[in-house]
Amino acid sequence: MKNLDLPLSGHDVTALRLGESVLLNGRMFTARDDAHMHLLKLDEEPPVDFRGSAVFHCGPIMRRTDDGWAVVAAGPTTSFRMNGLEPEFIERFGVRAIVGKGGMSKETVDAMKEHGCVYLALTGGAAVIAAKGIQKVNGVHLQELGMAEAVWDLQVKEFGPLTVAIDAHGNSLYDEIDLKVKSKLPFIKGKLGID
Amino acid sequence: MDEETLEDAIVALLRRSVIELPGDVLWKLNKALDSETNDVARVQLDTIINNIELARELGRPMCQDTGIHIFFLKLPRGFGLPVESIIERAVRRGTEEIPLRPNAVDPISRKNSGDNVGEHMPYIAYEFHDQEYVEVTAFPKGAGSENMTALKMLTPAQGMRGIKEFILDTVLRAGGKPCPPTIVGVGIGGSSDLCLKLAKMALLRPLDAPNPDPVLESLEKELEEALNELGIGPMGLGGRTTVLGVHLLKAACHTASLPVAVNLQCWAARRATLRAYPDGRIDHL
Repeated sequence: MKNLDLPLSGHDVTALRLGESVLLNGRMFTARDDAHMHLLKLDEEPPVDFRGSAVFHCGPIMRRTDDGWAVVAAGPTTSFRMNGLEPEFIERFGVRAIVGKGGMSKETVDAMKEHGCVYLALTGGAAVIAAKGIQKVNGVHLQELGMAEAVWDLQVKEFGPLTVAIDAHGNSLYDEIDLKVKSKLPFIKGKLGID
Repeated sequence: MDEETLEDAIVALLRRSVIELPGDVLWKLNKALDSETNDVARVQLDTIINNIELARELGRPMCQDTGIHIFFLKLPRGFGLPVESIIERAVRRGTEEIPLRPNAVDPISRKNSGDNVGEHMPYIAYEFHDQEYVEVTAFPKGAGSENMTALKMLTPAQGMRGIKEFILDTVLRAGGKPCPPTIVGVGIGGSSDLCLKLAKMALLRPLDAPNPDPVLESLEKELEEALNELGIGPMGLGGRTTVLGVHLLKAACHTASLPVAVNLQCWAARRATLRAYPDGRIDHL
């Protein structure tokens, strides 16, 4: 399995192949619906530097400790809710990887191709495995949005396994699966007697 | 049975429900892994199974989306305790102690209550039975799968064909979003609201228990096989396992109606049941 160090370069991401398994190391940030909306409205620089980094679609369960926060569970959330916001987010903040589940729209796939970004699928619900890959919570921003919607600054080590599900060349594993599924439909309908 | 005993037992039940997956679900996931040859699908199922084991070992919720809190109750007639306030207190405590992610928000202001309690939430479905014990099933439901729910009021003429088309279409449109492999809960008949409730209640049946109705049992098998031919696969990344099972429940309906509802359940099909007896004894099933 390939280990990738954050921040990622343009070359790092264009070298990734569809279906490949990778692990992430370094610093990455969570952002869901509210954080995307909030950060895109800002006139000033965002509170964290997203350049070359990974955005994790995740609303974790965190526990307070004496000197900060500890991750309890941190699996991915459904990425399609961020479809309308992600192209601008990638362009404006220079993100190189999106970590989530379920895939993203054509507009996002196009933005990834244009700006050099990949989509890394993390197994949905695998929140304890994901938490195991988070070494440390560096901090939290936009905490007023609530635990799930805040931007969590995470230090990760061998975070994954992640599957390259959208590459930086405009290819999407979800589109490939979708085509295969559609081609099987007549057969399945026949089987169910509803053709 | 006093209030404190039942409250403590329900906190323990909630804890178990979010940390330990029922044995029948784990059994079916392992069976699915054995049948997959595709590498990406195997990685997904392997990660799911490792995650389940690690969650149990560490005593942590298996998924960060610990859901909205739904309870199915079977009460002895004349049950005297204020069970709805006991459950509310247990949910507040569970949110702190387990911990659970605070998910309950007001639908208009989107303000989060912080303790998973809000108007009509936790949602409690009541039933009476002729036993001396109260049976409580905790059924925390995540949004990824719940958001894929669909109801259709078919015409009677659309019949079985319409039912099959609607189930196929719902699973197809959901794709990888509800965290497949899913369990497909289907309600057929009733009124619109009852139909949706049946779809959810169908998910309470273990995966290794056959449908007691032979007609529905054979329809379930036919649908499960067909849906797994779709190739959506674990997490929508392709593979042989799109569903772990299809569960049907039916109710009588109006002669002019044919409601069908589909409620999908993610692989983290969490449910846990206890029985509390009058003498204070608690059985965790």
